[in-house]
Amino acid sequence: MLPSNNHLTPKERLAIPPQEMPSQDPAKRKTNMSEVALGYTQEQAQFEAMRCIQCKNTPCITGCPVQIDIPGFVKAIADGDNKKSIDIIKKNSLLPAVCGRVCPQETQCQAPCTIGKSLKDVNKAVSIGRLERYVSDWERNNGMIATPSVKKETGKKVAVIGSGPAGITVAADVRREGHAVTMFEAFHKTGGVMVYGIPEFRLPKKMVKEEIDTLEKMGVEIKRNFVVGRTRKVIDLMKKDGFDSIFIGTGAGLPRFMNIEGENLVGVFSANEYLTRSNLMRAYDKKKSHTPIFDSRKVGVFGGGNVAMDAARTALRLGAEEVHLIYRRTEVEMPARVEEVHHAKEEGIIFHLLQNAKRILGDDKDHVKAIECLKYELGEPDDSGRRRPVVIEGSEFTIDLDTVIVAIGNDSNPLIKQTTPDLKTNKWGNLVADENGKTSIDGIYAGGDIVLGAATVILAMGQGRIAAKSINDYLKTKK
Amino acid sequence: MNKIIEKKQISEEVFRFQIEAPLIAEECQPGQFIILQISEEGERIPLTIADSDNKQGSITLIFQTVGKTTHLLAELEEEDKILNLVGPLGKPTHIENFGTVVGVGGGIGVAPLYPIAKALKAAGNKLIIIIGARTKELVILEDEMKTIADEIIICTDDGSYGRKALVTEPLKELCERAKKPDLVTAIGPPIMMKFCSETTRPYGVSTVVSLNTIMVDGTGMCGGCRVTVGGKTQFVCVDGPEFDGHLVDFDNMMHRLNSYKKRESSDHEQCHLEMEIKKRKNKQDAPKQ
Repeated sequence: MLPSNNHLTPKERLAIPPQEMPSQDPAKRKTNMSEVALGYTQEQAQFEAMRCIQCKNTPCITGCPVQIDIPGFVKAIADGDNKKSIDIIKKNSLLPAVCGRVCPQETQCQAPCTIGKSLKDVNKAVSIGRLERYVSDWERNNGMIATPSVKKETGKKVAVIGSGPAGITVAADVRREGHAVTMFEAFHKTGGVMVYGIPEFRLPKKMVKEEIDTLEKMGVEIKRNFVVGRTRKVIDLMKKDGFDSIFIGTGAGLPRFMNIEGENLVGVFSANEYLTRSNLMRAYDKKKSHTPIFDSRKVGVFGGGNVAMDAARTALRLGAEEVHLIYRRTEVEMPARVEEVHHAKEEGIIFHLLQNAKRILGDDKDHVKAIECLKYELGEPDDSGRRRPVVIEGSEFTIDLDTVIVAIGNDSNPLIKQTTPDLKTNKWGNLVADENGKTSIDGIYAGGDIVLGAATVILAMGQGRIAAKSINDYLKTKK
Repeated sequence: MNKIIEKKQISEEVFRFQIEAPLIAEECQPGQFIILQISEEGERIPLTIADSDNKQGSITLIFQTVGKTTHLLAELEEEDKILNLVGPLGKPTHIENFGTVVGVGGGIGVAPLYPIAKALKAAGNKLIIIIGARTKELVILEDEMKTIADEIIICTDDGSYGRKALVTEPLKELCERAKKPDLVTAIGPPIMMKFCSETTRPYGVSTVVSLNTIMVDGTGMCGGCRVTVGGKTQFVCVDGPEFDGHLVDFDNMMHRLNSYKKRESSDHEQCHLEMEIKKRKNKQDAPKQ
């Protein structure tokens, strides 16, 4: 029986067990592309929300990159008022269905949660992400998603380059002020990394599509198959097409390789390519899609982030018999979300920790046949504060494989930089933008991975929000 | 957008499409390519731009039916639209007055060579063109090339037209002339570009090749197009498509091009089967005389 949220003491709240989110059975889900996590029931959500003691110092809000009123929306769920809850979230976040699924909550809002601290386990913090997901799904499933109102047309034009999380946020916030917005996407489908990178089993594509549909209903014009820098230079968008301001949110988008022997053998892929073939081009649907994807039996994935987990689990779903994940630090240092690591293990991905590939071995036709690895141990902390992995000399061993997927991150894409010489970049090729998102060219703003280097959906959104405010302010003063 | 304005069949397997694409026509320069997708389930494939007309707002593509997508593309008719078309992609060719330039085009490679040759000629170069094809039927753009070339040599493998020789034979002779070429631009099948590069290497004649590798996005995002050039990994889509032929690891590139060979062969077979069925069905359906 669900107690009334009004009469619980903090002690009683602490005694409510953390609610597990139901998920598809591992044996079954590794043969399909459907979403793994199934989401809370209403009762589970209310129980979970009641675990929050509404502490005064709100450490969770501090931990959120976009400062959502977390205790507020959680209390509304506990009270059974889902509408109020989603309204609170939407004041700060445009993409709760996405963020509830892909945010690394355990290092953000849930990390400093008082409940987790009291129970001495961050994994026992209030499941803020799952609650966010629950209430955004409730909104969608009940047809409650409203199109934000748009102010009177100002006659000003803004170009948004890239249709990922940063671009979507900017397009919505700028359009709301009555400016005309055109969004440019290089691919034939919108959504950026949420569509080409994150697999269906973790983030159903329909959720991203709905966000884009909302933008179109607000009057945002979308131009697909348009590579800014090539189809039109950034500067020409202003000079030839009369845009008053531009936001660049083109993402990281240049896969990093390890620069080891054998990396260009047949059967070695960047995670970007492998995932794009499966997600964007739907190559997993082998009967329907004309885009081929490599037939693999034994796969090795290099890396320990979310993309590495996505690639490994995709390979499994495409029929690989064995999938090895090779990471040179330990599980503690893995940048992937705890839930993804947990799901990957449940599905039978073989983890090789404190190991790293030294070279990839090929046969006489240049096809991958094995990798040679080295073992590592943890040494002193490095610049990132994580203990540096140190190689154990002479520890070489081989793993037989036919496929290697490299998922060690992305560098920034050089296209915009190459074709916009006045735009300042740092030594990693990221665009330089100040705290308001302003670049070195007047009227041009930037945010998301093209500024941050490869980061997360929520950070991109946060930067988009700031840049949108700057653009709106800029257009007020611009004649 | 992307409407097929004109369709011409040049030979049994080669087609020329003129496509309405005003934005691409306005920006494109010699050496660049586009990526197209013709149906929701379709593959994205790169094709080099053979010509463009900024006034008319159109680009010309010349392609050979080699795989599933090119076969389906060839089935489109005038007034049909290409579902998705993006470009121009890749770095434009570096054009300047080098002196004497030899342009070698093999098979369908003559198509992308044409706009480059035209620009090189306009920049003041002496232009020698070598066209190579399996057989007479497959020689394309001869008339167009004749209008810009100072000298033109045609070779066929079977001797049915021009010289019975591989393109490397006349190329070697040109390198042996008292005044050897200042630059060679070779575009064609990988094996041809490899041997053109090997032919010019001993003479120290700079050789540029234009690579057409497997690609998904064409903007640097997937890295599927990567090749080894001078021991370093380069992306054909953003670092190329043109590279120093003397530095390209062609053997590795050719192996990589065959990554999906099994699937491609079965698709190709299926394609021809379906076309044959269609043909026979059309024959049956045709009104009896």
